[in-house]
Amino acid sequence: MLATMPEIQPVPTRMSHPQRIVVAQLQQVSKTFGEVKALRNLDFSVRAGELLALLGPNGAGKTTAVKLFLGLMRTSAGTVRVLGGDPIHAQVRTRIGAMLQVAKVPETLKVREHIDLFSSYYPRPLPQAETVAIAGLQEIKDRPFGELSGGQKQRVLFALALCGDPDILFLDEPTVGLDVEARRLLWEQIRKLVARGKTILLTTHYLEEADALADRVAVINCGEIIAEGTPSEIKARTCGRRIRCASNLDIGTVRAFSGVVEVRQDRDRYEIRVSEAEPVLRQLLERDSTVSGIEVSGAGLEEAFLALTQNSNCSSEPQMSGRQ
Amino acid sequence: MTMATSITTVITNALAPARPFRRTLSIYGKEAWFEFLTRLRLRAFSLSTIGFPVMFYVLFGLVLNGKEAAVNGTHFATYLIATYGTFGVMGASLFGTAAGLASERGLGWLQVKRASPMPPFAYFAAKVVMSMIFSTAVVLSLFALGITLGGVHLSAPEVAKLLGILIVGSLPFCAMGLAIGYFCGPTSATPIINLVYLPLSFCSGLWFPLMFLPKLLRDFAHLLPPYHLAQLALGVVGAGRQESAWTHWEVLIGFTLICLGVARVGFQRDEGKTYG
Repeated sequence: MLATMPEIQPVPTRMSHPQRIVVAQLQQVSKTFGEVKALRNLDFSVRAGELLALLGPNGAGKTTAVKLFLGLMRTSAGTVRVLGGDPIHAQVRTRIGAMLQVAKVPETLKVREHIDLFSSYYPRPLPQAETVAIAGLQEIKDRPFGELSGGQKQRVLFALALCGDPDILFLDEPTVGLDVEARRLLWEQIRKLVARGKTILLTTHYLEEADALADRVAVINCGEIIAEGTPSEIKARTCGRRIRCASNLDIGTVRAFSGVVEVRQDRDRYEIRVSEAEPVLRQLLERDSTVSGIEVSGAGLEEAFLALTQNSNCSSEPQMSGRQ
Repeated sequence: MTMATSITTVITNALAPARPFRRTLSIYGKEAWFEFLTRLRLRAFSLSTIGFPVMFYVLFGLVLNGKEAAVNGTHFATYLIATYGTFGVMGASLFGTAAGLASERGLGWLQVKRASPMPPFAYFAAKVVMSMIFSTAVVLSLFALGITLGGVHLSAPEVAKLLGILIVGSLPFCAMGLAIGYFCGPTSATPIINLVYLPLSFCSGLWFPLMFLPKLLRDFAHLLPPYHLAQLALGVVGAGRQESAWTHWEVLIGFTLICLGVARVGFQRDEGKTYG
């Protein structure tokens, strides 16, 4: 069996628990839809007991990655392994829970009936009362699905993901479209699952959500992982700095300095967004002795995340990688 | 070194044993029961599925023709029980399978189910069983009306045989519904079913006995599956044309296989596709 496994490219291992075992893995996975390359040679692993957030803008390939993990699609190239098997097989999926984006759920069934049916698919489901308690559905378990609010509906879908007592859960944008209060409530429930030792892969396009929940974050853009690490590592990497100064250099020269993300000219001053301030300052001072009025400040979180994911428009050329 | 350990640990996770037969059976049962509840509570479906054939039967079979009229010697209200019974099971089957499938497939619910370990066949079987329950309800309503208000005389074996033929004969239309459900969007399914269902019923002689229709249509009817089911049903009440029952069954079986083939193409097309 070992001999038949394809050789795995080492994933940059800057994770919080390097000793943890891999429970789900995409190896050199590509997925194309006609002309569109949704995933390009994606390599990444989910480790037992962690909450990994797959963070990226819309269209980055998050949902495609989740669907591959659930066996809902086949790869164009590469392998998907979940708990040692191929999720195409229903037997592997008895240990997987899934929450997908769904436009319409049968509305006339009651919450407890939905849970009853989904529980029956799994060999060792949680007792219904427990599922209801974890997802916070006690008050609404006898209501038809169609009468629920947006947040309540998401919690029912969350209950369907966890009712089979799976080892690993894939949550595809669980809080999209929810108000702040409903989002925080769902976060609480997701944390309860982590506390029970479940492994969770969650996709989101909110940096705040990844920061609040995840042990580890993988930033995906245009079908590639462009950064990976703990939330604080990602923040350190994505945060970057902003340098403002007046200089005689032309904008092209400044843009060509290594470590420069973006340059804007604001009257006679440049606004330079950089990953790290010091190397750029060094180059700046070396090339222009007249540079003046230097200010260095931190860039905002969201803004910096955008900088990480924005500096490309998904061309077919391989991307500038944020990995160093 | 971490990779070496992770390779081994990835594979050592043993799979759960195969599902015992009893549990599989219980999934099928639950799936069908909840599918039935879903549809029963959806009044737009449950009332119209039973209401339309019943209403037509009352209008054409009971009100317009009285108790004395006859077609080729067969009591009119009895004749129309067979044809409106065919009309009713056809509607229950087409709407029961196609409308639900098209909407659940197009709006993401089927994917949620497919991501679970649900046996895929249970999903389709549930739609067919649910449709059959509604078909039974339609046929029994027609019997009740005909016998109480229409002066219809049917012996118990005739009732059982007619019901049996109509319910078994609903399967081709369940298959047709699955095919339509796989090739229609969530909003287009219902209009498309109506576009197929109503002309097909009329031309097969389900609304008025074929003898009232022009010869061209009478010949054309032989090409339509509902005509063959209606002839089998009429045979029970002694009003069928003198044609071989086997021919009718063969046409229905052939039609079922074609529809299942089309549905299978749709199923496979869906498997390799994403919805946004």
